[in-house]
Amino acid sequence: MVPTLSHFLAVAALLFAAGLFTVLTRRNAVAILMGVELMLNAANLNLVAFNRYVVGGMAGQTFALFVVVLAAAEAAVGLAIVLSIFHTFKTIDVRAADLMRE
Amino acid sequence: MEHAIQQLGPTVVHQAGYLWLIPLFPAIGALINSLVGIRIQRTFGKRWNHAIAIGMMTLSFLVALRAFAQLLALPAGERFLQNTLWNMMTAGQLSFDLAFALDPLSMMMVLIITFIGTLIHVFSVGYMADEPSYWRFFAYLNLFIFAMLLLVMGDNFAVMFFGWEGVGLASYLLIAFWYTDIEKAKAGMKAFVVNRFGDFGFILGLFLLFWSLGGIWEPRADARSVNYVPGIGYKADPTALNPYESTGPRNAIVHGHTIKLGPTLNFRELRDQVVIEGTGVGEHLRHQKLWGIALMTLVGILMFVGAMGKSAQLPLYVWLPDAMAGPTPVSALIHAATMVTAGVYMVARLSYLYAMSPTAMGWVAIVGVLTAIFAATIGFFQYDIKKVLAYSTVSQLGFMFVGVGVGAYWAGSYHLLTHAFFKATLFLASGSVILGCHHEQDMRRMGGLKKLMPVTAWTYLVATWAIAGFPWASGFYSKDEILWKAFTQRSMEFFGTPAPWLGPAIFATGLLTALGTSFYMFRSYYMTFTGPYKGGAGHAEEHDEDPHSAHAAPHHVTAGHPHDDEDPKPAPAHAIHAHAVPAAAHVASGHDDHGAHGHVPHESPLSVTAVLVTLATGAVLVSILGIPKLWSGHDPILEHWLAPALPAEVTFAHFGHATEWLFQGMGVAAAAIGWYFAMLLFKDGKSRVPHDLKHRFFGVWTVVYNKYYVDEAYHALIIRPALFLASFLSWFDQHVIDWIVNFFGWLARFIAAIDDAIDKYVVDGAVNGVGGLTREGGRLLRRIETGRIQTYLYGAALGSLLVVLLNFLFR
Repeated sequence: MVPTLSHFLAVAALLFAAGLFTVLTRRNAVAILMGVELMLNAANLNLVAFNRYVVGGMAGQTFALFVVVLAAAEAAVGLAIVLSIFHTFKTIDVRAADLMRE
Repeated sequence: MEHAIQQLGPTVVHQAGYLWLIPLFPAIGALINSLVGIRIQRTFGKRWNHAIAIGMMTLSFLVALRAFAQLLALPAGERFLQNTLWNMMTAGQLSFDLAFALDPLSMMMVLIITFIGTLIHVFSVGYMADEPSYWRFFAYLNLFIFAMLLLVMGDNFAVMFFGWEGVGLASYLLIAFWYTDIEKAKAGMKAFVVNRFGDFGFILGLFLLFWSLGGIWEPRADARSVNYVPGIGYKADPTALNPYESTGPRNAIVHGHTIKLGPTLNFRELRDQVVIEGTGVGEHLRHQKLWGIALMTLVGILMFVGAMGKSAQLPLYVWLPDAMAGPTPVSALIHAATMVTAGVYMVARLSYLYAMSPTAMGWVAIVGVLTAIFAATIGFFQYDIKKVLAYSTVSQLGFMFVGVGVGAYWAGSYHLLTHAFFKATLFLASGSVILGCHHEQDMRRMGGLKKLMPVTAWTYLVATWAIAGFPWASGFYSKDEILWKAFTQRSMEFFGTPAPWLGPAIFATGLLTALGTSFYMFRSYYMTFTGPYKGGAGHAEEHDEDPHSAHAAPHHVTAGHPHDDEDPKPAPAHAIHAHAVPAAAHVASGHDDHGAHGHVPHESPLSVTAVLVTLATGAVLVSILGIPKLWSGHDPILEHWLAPALPAEVTFAHFGHATEWLFQGMGVAAAAIGWYFAMLLFKDGKSRVPHDLKHRFFGVWTVVYNKYYVDEAYHALIIRPALFLASFLSWFDQHVIDWIVNFFGWLARFIAAIDDAIDKYVVDGAVNGVGGLTREGGRLLRRIETGRIQTYLYGAALGSLLVVLLNFLFR
């Protein structure tokens, strides 16, 4: 069986759904960040797949590389925020960080 | 009067910049004595108070003499001095200056006022010596002279009216001088209020005159257009649309003289435009009518109402007898010499206006003669020496009005002059008697004073001769002239009806009055100065210079005179005199001063007798001014002197010399008859005839003794209704007006309450409703904001899912 675009898109959709589910359901801030990573990588998969099957050339791959770098940076910032939350609330449960409500 | 026939020109004015000094000096005196007088009296003594007052009077008199000299040096037709200080007011056509003017008439008045005024000031030094508030008296006297001088020297009605009101105020202050005695305070108030009645008429007449001068001049049918008269350029403002409504000064040119026309308050301007034929103003005024009455009649009568108040004519004379409550010098100054003659002066001043209305002339003469005889009859039976003189003053004023009423303006003015002298003498002599008898005024408690007070007695006798009308004293000349002119006056009208009988009728009544005058004046002389002295039973407990002593007199006489025991009228409760401190102190200290004399009357001090002698001499000497033409062949000096100031044209019937001699004889005979009967009845006080007559005609006697119950009539007809009206109005005010006011207050509160409710519930409701809605909305929406990141993400996910779904659904 030769893999087609639809296979890639299905995998990416599943991956995105898993990431989204993680972000929406987990209380742990680190886990949420991990969910975000999943979603980013689902997007990466889409970029590479479309580049391979539809566009051609190297643009999609390059884009994906940038997203990976961006994800690393995002993780660094996100973890720093988590650390700060932990410092403040002595927990990394996101439900604790609700100071913005009235 | 021949001089009036000739064509009159405009007044020639000579400026005299010092005239203002004449009224200024008394004003300064009044100011000093009223502001610091009490300190002067305490620090330096009373001497300085009267020194200031008399000094100022003397200065004023000297300036008046200076003016007199200047006036005398001018040609007869040009005797008019003017001194304009500044413009006081200009409003439309109304414009008047603070200006003084002296023409022969006002010069005569000024000389009388300053000369007799000064003498009376001197007299007051002796008379008021025991008065605690000495300074106040002299301040008032000077104030009075100041106002009187304004009255006669005013160049226009405004200044004159200021003086007119000023003398009213000063007389109020002086009559109520001993104000702690309620009767005296009441007398002052009475004088003031009665004068207000007159002033009201005067000011109405003034308004009417001013208005009529400014009216629209319609050309008359008989070709004499007012617009343009041949030979006379009548200039109206050519730019005005309607030449009759021009507001600028209108001038007429008559014989080369420019004469100002139109409404004016200035006497000279008024005189010029009315008197000079060519202006047409006289004709305009003569033919104007208001409500069917000739306008000049209305003006004349209304202004005469003012004179009736000021000069005490029927029916407004009532204040004058009561005004005897004031100190005797005041009676002499105000009620004999000066103030009461203001009305006569006013009529003489406006002679040309009165001459235009025979009805107004007749009215003045009738009121005058009725007053004369009415007051004379009251004078018959009074026992209070000052009351006799008071009624005699009223009566003589009536004579003056007969004079100015029948058109003998100079004779009326001359009687004013002679009366000023002899009545001032009489009053001051009576003051001397009162002083000598320790404030006794009842003539039944006098008698025989001739031996004790010779100077007073002689001066009183001279003045009595004068008033009675004997040729060796002045009254004869003026009274005779008035009566003669009344007899020969045939052109007067009785309310529009020609009445040639009016003149002779007035003459007859006047002659009868002259007889009566002679009788009651000699009666007072004999009762006071001859016979045995009947006083001395002790110092009069009652301080008798009060208006109701006539009521009180029978009361305290009962003890001494058993035959008088029937009181014609029991002393009313209000006549019981509650004597307040100053009056009592006055009597008591007077007692101490004269203690050495006991109760025996004594001659008054030199300051009193000197004045009396001067005035009595004057009363004789002024006859020179009025020697009739019949005797000397030329016009009397005073008539000649006054002629330029009295430009009215009045015609008199002509009679032969024999008739005139006869009438003079009748005048003297009337006086002699009066004297004879008075001598018969009252000399030596032995005759029982007066007493018998009194009991024979007791009813009549009572009525006349009580002054015809005029005061009571006033009380019933005027004062009671006025008080009733006042109380009704008070009730009306409290119940109706207040109710209306309260109703409107309540209404306003009611409306305010409604407004408040609207504000509170509708307006505030809307505002609060919007606010509440926003707040509640906000509260509801706030629930959404949980602050949890995952909630928002759910929203975002759902939203994007929705977008995707919609994308599928609505393609």
